[in-house]
Amino acid sequence: MNSDIVARVIPCLDVTNGRVVKGVNFVDLRDAGDPVELAARYDTQGADELVFLDITASSDGRDTMVDVVSRTAEQVFIPFTVGGGIREVADARKMLRAGADKVSVNTAAVQRPEVISDIAAEFGAQCVVCAIDAKWDASQNRWTVYLHGGRTATELDAVQWAERAVSLGAGEILLTSMDRDGTRDGFDIALTKAVSSAVNVPVIASGGVGNLQHLAEGVTEGGATGVLAASIFHFGDHTIAEAKDVMSAHGIRVRPVG
Amino acid sequence: MTARPRVAVLDYGIGNLRSAQKALERVGADAVLTQDATVVSAADAVVLPGVGAFGACMDALRDVQLETVTHDAVASGVPFLGICVGMQMLFDGSEEDPDARGLGIIPGQVKWIPSSVQRPQMQWNQLNIRRDEPMFSDLGEHPWMYFVHSLHGVPTDSDCVTATVQYGDTLNVAFRKGNVFATQFHPEKSATAGLGLLHNFVASVKS
Repeated sequence: MNSDIVARVIPCLDVTNGRVVKGVNFVDLRDAGDPVELAARYDTQGADELVFLDITASSDGRDTMVDVVSRTAEQVFIPFTVGGGIREVADARKMLRAGADKVSVNTAAVQRPEVISDIAAEFGAQCVVCAIDAKWDASQNRWTVYLHGGRTATELDAVQWAERAVSLGAGEILLTSMDRDGTRDGFDIALTKAVSSAVNVPVIASGGVGNLQHLAEGVTEGGATGVLAASIFHFGDHTIAEAKDVMSAHGIRVRPVG
Repeated sequence: MTARPRVAVLDYGIGNLRSAQKALERVGADAVLTQDATVVSAADAVVLPGVGAFGACMDALRDVQLETVTHDAVASGVPFLGICVGMQMLFDGSEEDPDARGLGIIPGQVKWIPSSVQRPQMQWNQLNIRRDEPMFSDLGEHPWMYFVHSLHGVPTDSDCVTATVQYGDTLNVAFRKGNVFATQFHPEKSATAGLGLLHNFVASVKS
C-alpha cells in the first residue's frame, strides 16, 4: 500500500423512522436510539467518517431522515454519507442540502445506472458512493450483485458493476459481502481485493467484521482504504481508538484519536 | 468584540453548504447562506465554498451574479476564505477544465495531483505548515484535515503557500494572499482541528 494513504474507520448506523436500529451499547448516552447523539459520539471518539443507512420502508419516514441529516450537520463536523432510498437527483439534493457530504445509491443504480451520472453531473463524483451488495456464486465463478438486503439476485457481476459505476461517475465504492454480513468472520478479502484492484477510486470494505484484526486485513489484504463496521462499535466491544491502534500496529497509517 | 461577526457564505446552488454554515456558527459567527450582494457587502467576512468540477462551479457562480460580488468582497479587505473548489476558483484556471476562466485572485494554475496515487485523495491527511500564520495558531505543528480532491493549486508566487501535504508528491493545500485565505481541505469537516482553523478565521475579523 502507498505510504501516503491514510485508512478511514467508518461506523455505520442503520436508521428506521429516525431511530437507530438495534440498541447501541454506550452506557452514558441519554438516548441510545438517537442517530444524531450517536453520530456526535463517534465524532468525539475519533471516527473518520460516518454512514447512515436509512432502512425506512415508508416515504414519510424518509422525510424523518432529512431531519436526522439536518440535525447531524449542526453537531457533527466529520464527513457523513446517507444511503437508502436515494432514487433520483432530487433525493440526493435534499440530503446534500440538509448537510450530508455524500449519498450512496444501491438498488436505484442497478435499476437505472444513469442515476449515478445524473447525481455526479450536478454535485460531483466525490459525493456519489455506489453501494454494492455481493454474494459468491460458485456455479458462475463470480460474485453476483444482490438487492434488497441480499434477497434479490441480479444478473450483474459485482466486479464489472463496480467498474461500470465508476465509469458513470461514482467516486467511491461501498462494498458489502452478503456472505459475511452478520457472521463476524471477517471481510470477504477475495471480493474486496477483486474490486479494489479493478477500480481506481476508494473502496470501503463492509460485512463480517468480528474483531479489530479483521479491520486491518480489509486494508492490508483487501486493498480497501476505508473499513466500515457496525456491531463491534455499537455494542461497546471496541472503541474507535482501539481499532486504530490495531490497524496502526499492522503498519496502516491512521489519523490518531484525540 | 461583543457582536458575533457576520459571515456570508456564498450560495450558488452547489451541494453541501450547510456544514460550512453550521461550523462557522459553532465557532462564534453569525453565518448566513446568501447570494444577495447587499448581504455580502455588509458582512464582516466572506466564505466561498465549492465542491464538484471547477468549470461547473465557475459557471454556477457566474449564473447567480456572484463573480463581481466575490471580487468586491476581496477588494474590500474583509477576511475571505475559499474552501476546496472555492479555493481552486481563486486561481486563474484549472487543468480540470482548461477552457474555464477562474477568478484570478491568486495568480497561478490548478493542476492534477500525480496519477501514481489514487484520485481523488479522499482521506484525512496531516499538514506541513510552511510559515507562521494566524489561521494555524493553536492547531499544533501537523494538524489533521479532511481532503477530497484530485487537483491542487500551484501559485505563481510560491510564497503564498502556507501549508502542504504529502500525497504522491508534495501538494500545496493552504494559501494566503493579503486578506484572502484558501484551503484545499474542508475545515468544516475536519473535526476539532478544522473548527480551530475556522475559529481563527472568525477571530481575524477586526472588532
